[in-house]
Amino acid sequence: MAQPNIQDSLVRDFAALVGAEFVMTGEADRYAYSYDAAALPPVMPGCVVRPGSTEELGRVVSLCNHHGVPLIVRGAGTNLSGGTIPQHGGVVVLTNRLTRIVEINEEDLYAVVEPGVITARLAAEVAKRGLFYPPDPGSQTVSTIGGNVAENAGGLRGLKYGVTKDYVMGVEFFDVEGQLIKGGSKTVKCVTGLNLPGLMVGSEGALGVFSRITLRLIPPPQSARSMMAVFASIRAASETVAAIIAAKILPATLELMDNFTIRTVESFRRAGLPTEAAALLLIEVDGHPAQVADDAVKVEQICRENGSETVTVARNAEERNAIWQARRDALPALAKLKPTCVLEDATVPRSRIPAMIQALQEISREYRLPIGTFGHAGDGNLHPTILTDRRDKEEMERVERAVAAIFERAVALDGTLSGEHGIGIAKARFLEQEVGAATIGYNQRLKAAVDPKNILNPGKMV
Amino acid sequence: MADLHGLAQALKQLDDQLVNCMRCGMCQAVCPVFAQTGRETDVTRGKLALLEGLADELLKDPDAVNDTLNRCLMCGTCQANCPSGVKVLDIFFQARAILTGYYGLSPVKKAIFRGMLANPRLFNALSFIGARFQFLFTKKADELLGSSCARFQAPLIADRHFNTLAATSLHARTGSLNTPAGTSGLRAAFFPGCVVDKMYPSVGLAVIKALNHHGVGVYLPANQACCGIPVLSSGDRQGFNRLVEQNVKLFADADCTALVTPCASCTATIKELWPEFYDGSADIGAELRRLAEKTMDISEFLVDRCGVAVFEPVPGASVTYHDPCHLKNSLGITRQPRQLLESAGAHLQEMEDAGTCCGCGGTFNIYHYETSKKIGSHKADCIVASGASTVTTSCPACMMQITDLLSRRQSGIGVRHVVEVYADRL
Ligand SMILES: Cc1cc2nc3c(=O)[nH]c(=O)nc-3n(C[C@H](O)[C@H](O)[C@H](O)COP(=O)(O)OP(=O)(O)OC[C@H]3O[C@@H](n4cnc5c(N)ncnc54)[C@H](O)[C@@H]3O)c2cc1C
Ligand code: SF4
Ligand code: SF4
Ligand code: SF4
Repeated sequence: MAQPNIQDSLVRDFAALVGAEFVMTGEADRYAYSYDAAALPPVMPGCVVRPGSTEELGRVVSLCNHHGVPLIVRGAGTNLSGGTIPQHGGVVVLTNRLTRIVEINEEDLYAVVEPGVITARLAAEVAKRGLFYPPDPGSQTVSTIGGNVAENAGGLRGLKYGVTKDYVMGVEFFDVEGQLIKGGSKTVKCVTGLNLPGLMVGSEGALGVFSRITLRLIPPPQSARSMMAVFASIRAASETVAAIIAAKILPATLELMDNFTIRTVESFRRAGLPTEAAALLLIEVDGHPAQVADDAVKVEQICRENGSETVTVARNAEERNAIWQARRDALPALAKLKPTCVLEDATVPRSRIPAMIQALQEISREYRLPIGTFGHAGDGNLHPTILTDRRDKEEMERVERAVAAIFERAVALDGTLSGEHGIGIAKARFLEQEVGAATIGYNQRLKAAVDPKNILNPGKMV
Repeated sequence: MADLHGLAQALKQLDDQLVNCMRCGMCQAVCPVFAQTGRETDVTRGKLALLEGLADELLKDPDAVNDTLNRCLMCGTCQANCPSGVKVLDIFFQARAILTGYYGLSPVKKAIFRGMLANPRLFNALSFIGARFQFLFTKKADELLGSSCARFQAPLIADRHFNTLAATSLHARTGSLNTPAGTSGLRAAFFPGCVVDKMYPSVGLAVIKALNHHGVGVYLPANQACCGIPVLSSGDRQGFNRLVEQNVKLFADADCTALVTPCASCTATIKELWPEFYDGSADIGAELRRLAEKTMDISEFLVDRCGVAVFEPVPGASVTYHDPCHLKNSLGITRQPRQLLESAGAHLQEMEDAGTCCGCGGTFNIYHYETSKKIGSHKADCIVASGASTVTTSCPACMMQITDLLSRRQSGIGVRHVVEVYADRL
């Protein structure tokens, strides 16, 4: 039953190691691991293995290397770049039995977790102890810490609190031979050896397989205030973003929605959003109550000075929730318009947001595709979302060209291909454009040195 | 339709719906089956992908696809939470029908669905006989819950603790009813559903008592057939059509304000599945839609239409409430049952995860008992942790499942329908 590149003997070895019930070779089972959240064609793995302990995980890695078989680690499979599609067949290794929160240290403010721990579960456990783990990708109810670290996932709070990399203190991972490698530590400072956590964050499963991750925790903000500002032009909205930051205020969240998205969300929930507005900014400031009160007043003033007609400040939890509901609705509302949505995450320096938005409008017209844009204006990370139907071949070709155009414009504006979704298969061929051939060569030599048989997630990223 | 290509062609008709799944994977957070097994084939995204694979002839293994489709509670939680608005249950019902067409209906199911369920007289007679003789096969397990378990090895019963068929069913006690509107000026057609009729007549009596109390006329015709959900879930469209026709005929010209049921599954089935899936030859579309529109959950009817009486709080005892999937996910009803409990003076102690499935899921419980038990075990933990002395709900099928769970633990917690708690005070 297994695919050609998996030998029966390897399947038997896996079964002996992790138990037959945790090795899947049937056609349907393998098909269920042929895709992820990227709108890309599925590719079947040869088999799927679910190790039950980190020791087993290490043994699985070395078995794959021994047989020279591709190994694709998979957390929740929610990445948007094709990072878990088994491009060259091989073995999909699931981490969803490795879900122990090993330690939450309230004195030294860190947590040690296995890679399959779900992000929201960790955040909730940490919150129960009066602490805070800020990275909150939109997929946090299902995404795993392993996947977050491998993609360097960000979230709504990126502006003030940073992204996953800002919380990774230490990593333990298996190299291709199944040896346990350790980097970083539980201390706040650590400059021992190479910065392996730095290397491994964002490595997309291509350099090693995480078995344990040590994450930094912080005290939670004591209070927060949210507001929604309405703008008649995108330019005014993005100038406001720059002005807020120039005024030395760092909101926890600073989100933008364009007119297309506003109208879509409004027809979806009828919450009374201003459908004629060119743009909305959704802002939250948090911290010490006195500071929050102060910041909120200043932000409101800056919004008005920059041309916002109305600024609504939430007076209670209900109003605050209504504001964030609008943001949470952005993707679902757009997703319901058309069968397929291609969610991009081109990112530009904040000052270039107006130019990028304009570029997106031009691209939408040129390729005759509806594009809704929302996203993390505060950190320049936009989510242009192209609405399409993956069954329409001709249109999908236009989508592909539009995506290429988006990257081109972003890079030309000193931006980057991906703010948080990673390169995977989806953007591999654009990489050179941003970083140049020499950089790719360097990456490839690094990869070849640690993974000589090229078994770790081959065909991705580099 | 015995060939794979034919099957693929038939599945192609689901294409427009299947393509809406953007594979975001957010359903992993809510699917109770996936929570137990962790297998992608057990979560919505995987099942939809497999159906598409079969339709595109990328997959050649309909047995495996059929198997995964059956590993689903049809609880609708994924649909209620899907960002892309995929009509998951619709797709699954249709796919099951297509696959049942491919495999043919098993003789046992055929006998039950088309012979017994479609023939209320026979169904009633058989349950009557069953009720007389079940003591031979069962022994008492828990006095408080009135549950029993199998005396001998019986494959379908396994080690379940179940409520035995009532000695006297509801229809045997009340006969048919047809009373005029009282002080309220309202008249309700009453569809008890099979489980209430044959296992929990007390729930049916509570409904009648509450309706009488509020001056609501009752129309309860004899020979009601099953609402059809077990039949539709097994992919038997023909059997389903027949049941719908039979029921519509019974209720069509009753002059009633509403059709009420104490069974969450029946309410959702009549309201949503009858209009959507009836495709028989009889010309009953208009009547069927009118009935569907009128159909209400009993607590919804009592709270929203009758204006319930408010009673002094009962000191001490507290109750907790389990939201049946078919009420919460399909119809969005969560407020009225709680309000009914509070008006009855019960101290409502919310449990954690009140809205997650109890693991029953109709035949799921029969074919995947172990998984069902694991899902239910979490529910039982939450019930026990709530500290309440009684757990209430709005669906007799949930009552059966929860009874099994609690009886097994000898938890000392009672299981009741919300309408029983309310009727106690009248
Ligand atoms: C609705 C939706 C909203 C999203 N919102 C955001 C957002 O706000 N911000 C954001 O950054 N992303 C977002 N994403 C993208 C995605 O959720 C993130 O990339 C997330 O980090 C992926 O986690 P996962 O557990 O699903 O990983 P997977 O998709 O399973 O894997 C991702 C990558 O990590 C690798 N990997 C996984 N586990 C390990 C391990 N143990 N060792 C080594 N490599 C490993 C895989 O090989 C793969 O390359 C969103 C996705 C969706 C569908
Ligand atoms: S949540 Fe909906 S769209 Fe997302 S994978 Fe599940 S079924 Fe598909
Ligand atoms: S209906 Fe319930 S059991 Fe079935 S896939 Fe959806 S959430 Fe899972
Ligand atoms: S849903 Fe269940 S209880 Fe209700 S009538 Fe149908 S089979 Fe009987």
